[in-house]
Amino acid sequence: MIFDKHQETVDDILSRYPVKRSAMLPLLNLAQKEEGYVSQAAMREIAGILDLTPPQVFETATFYTMLNLKPIGKFHIQVCRSLMCALVGADPLIEWLHKHLGIGMGQTTGDKLFTLSTVECLGSCGTGPMMQINDDYYERLTEERVGLILRDLRESGDCSMKSGPFMVPERGEGVVSS
Amino acid sequence: MKTFDKILLTNMERPGYTGSLSDYEGTGGYKALKTVLGNVPPNDIVEMVKKSGLRGRGGAGFPTGVKWGFIPKDHPGPKYLCCNADESEPGTFKDRQLMERDPHQILEGIAISCYAIGAQTAYIYIRGEFRLATKILERAIAEANQVGHLGSDIYGSGITVHVYVHVGAGAYICGEETALLESLEGKRGKPRTKPPFPATHGLYQKPTVVNNVETLANVPHIVNRGAEWFASIGAPPKSTGTRVFCLSGHVKRPGNYELPVNATFRDLIYELGGGMRSDKPLKAFIPGGASAPFLTPDHVDVQLDFESVALAGSMSGSGGITVMEEGTSMVWAALRLMEFFYHESCGKCTPCREGSAWIVQILQRILNKQGRPEDLRTLTEICENIGGRTVCAFGDAEIAPVQSTLKYWRAEYEVLIEEAEALKTSRKEIPVLSLS
Repeated sequence: MIFDKHQETVDDILSRYPVKRSAMLPLLNLAQKEEGYVSQAAMREIAGILDLTPPQVFETATFYTMLNLKPIGKFHIQVCRSLMCALVGADPLIEWLHKHLGIGMGQTTGDKLFTLSTVECLGSCGTGPMMQINDDYYERLTEERVGLILRDLRESGDCSMKSGPFMVPERGEGVVSS
Repeated sequence: MKTFDKILLTNMERPGYTGSLSDYEGTGGYKALKTVLGNVPPNDIVEMVKKSGLRGRGGAGFPTGVKWGFIPKDHPGPKYLCCNADESEPGTFKDRQLMERDPHQILEGIAISCYAIGAQTAYIYIRGEFRLATKILERAIAEANQVGHLGSDIYGSGITVHVYVHVGAGAYICGEETALLESLEGKRGKPRTKPPFPATHGLYQKPTVVNNVETLANVPHIVNRGAEWFASIGAPPKSTGTRVFCLSGHVKRPGNYELPVNATFRDLIYELGGGMRSDKPLKAFIPGGASAPFLTPDHVDVQLDFESVALAGSMSGSGGITVMEEGTSMVWAALRLMEFFYHESCGKCTPCREGSAWIVQILQRILNKQGRPEDLRTLTEICENIGGRTVCAFGDAEIAPVQSTLKYWRAEYEVLIEEAEALKTSRKEIPVLSLS
């Protein structure tokens, strides 16, 4: 059972809501964090915890694009393709990633390391092009920077180029003519 | 040149400011909460916010105090506050900065707002992708609970406010307030038919207020400095205060800029944003997120307030301004936004679900030089059949890019269709086989 070792977390989540079903997304997110995707077994278990039928969990899970219903690679690369990033060069970057990784959209590399997806706006339009890899944002991307990020992830599983607390521009200006 | 004081970004722009509890307290943080809890009647705060003219910063611009006033005062059961941190409108990235750089400003706003409407529980519904903001908010809530700014019996006033972060899982529509409530109840995020409104039948069918992050962050400042002060900034009486505008696209310095709402697009794009990134002039800009109709260089002297932008034929929306330089294909830009809307349509209403797919198909073929002469009329008709015919405002939003680019750059569509026609005559006819 997936949630057995997280009993405390599950109890904490359930304590936040007067209606059990509200714990649906938190538990689905927890299942994905644990297994890398949301398995059928996890969804059945969630149904049990929330006193729902499994289809009630399936129908909810299939609505949300962040929930992977199939196993994916260790690093999920999600590149923003919305207009704001596209204006500043997202499309060539996506092409480059295709070629560099040798995989198509939604596919995983043979070594199960990288899955490549395009996604809609991730809320960093001023710092595009950008991508999210697992929990982290990487912004102001160039081919060179993406190459370094992938190298770091391959070698050490982490990369120091990920974004910290967001503030752009770094020092604001308070003067405006009007 | 006129200087003005920023409100929301002041703290985070101080050198060394980390957004920790001690940093926030060091700048007078939680003073407003201490002042009002148990001392100022909740209804006075509602009136104060009404008088300040504060309007929702999420997109719709509804007067915040009026929204609060709809909550039934004598309701015996629980009431809820939901902080909308689902920031998903393409072109918008201000709430992310507010949450990651100064989370306690938002928490104090939430606590005061809960007190004003009589809610004991607040949920911050944050988009699933914002992992860092989630961590920062959760840490800030833990800090505030520990020292008693949040939790049970705050400062011995008998007032209780519990704040929880609720993490979404990727769905633009969950930023719509009733879809947000559905999602928070553990269901597919499909908007509800209104009425009834969330003020009477919201989360778990209980009275509920849904406010945007930036809206709530303004509340402590209004309490500290007074409704009159806030109401004097910007373009009173209808649009007051400052807004954090998000500048993106082909400008030299994209980013978040806090401005009084009577500043103009010229101030934002050319002064703060440093102007166009290359020698290509401005061709078009979106003034309020992907849902706002495109505007042209003729509109750069329009003020940023809700009324002025509406008068110019668009909307101030979420405050996300996207700038496009000469050479950008408007058909391509409209298609890119339509692909977003097609991807994000929740599927509840037929005009939006089917219409968005049809529009994408037609725009794709026009762009690929396979358009047909009747396509522009079809596009116009589809848009007319979506607008106003859906449960939520998504339908009206998704037609904005198409209608506005057709209005200002129709010739670009026509040229592509003419090229398609010219190609067609040179293409080989497919022979029709007779079955007889």
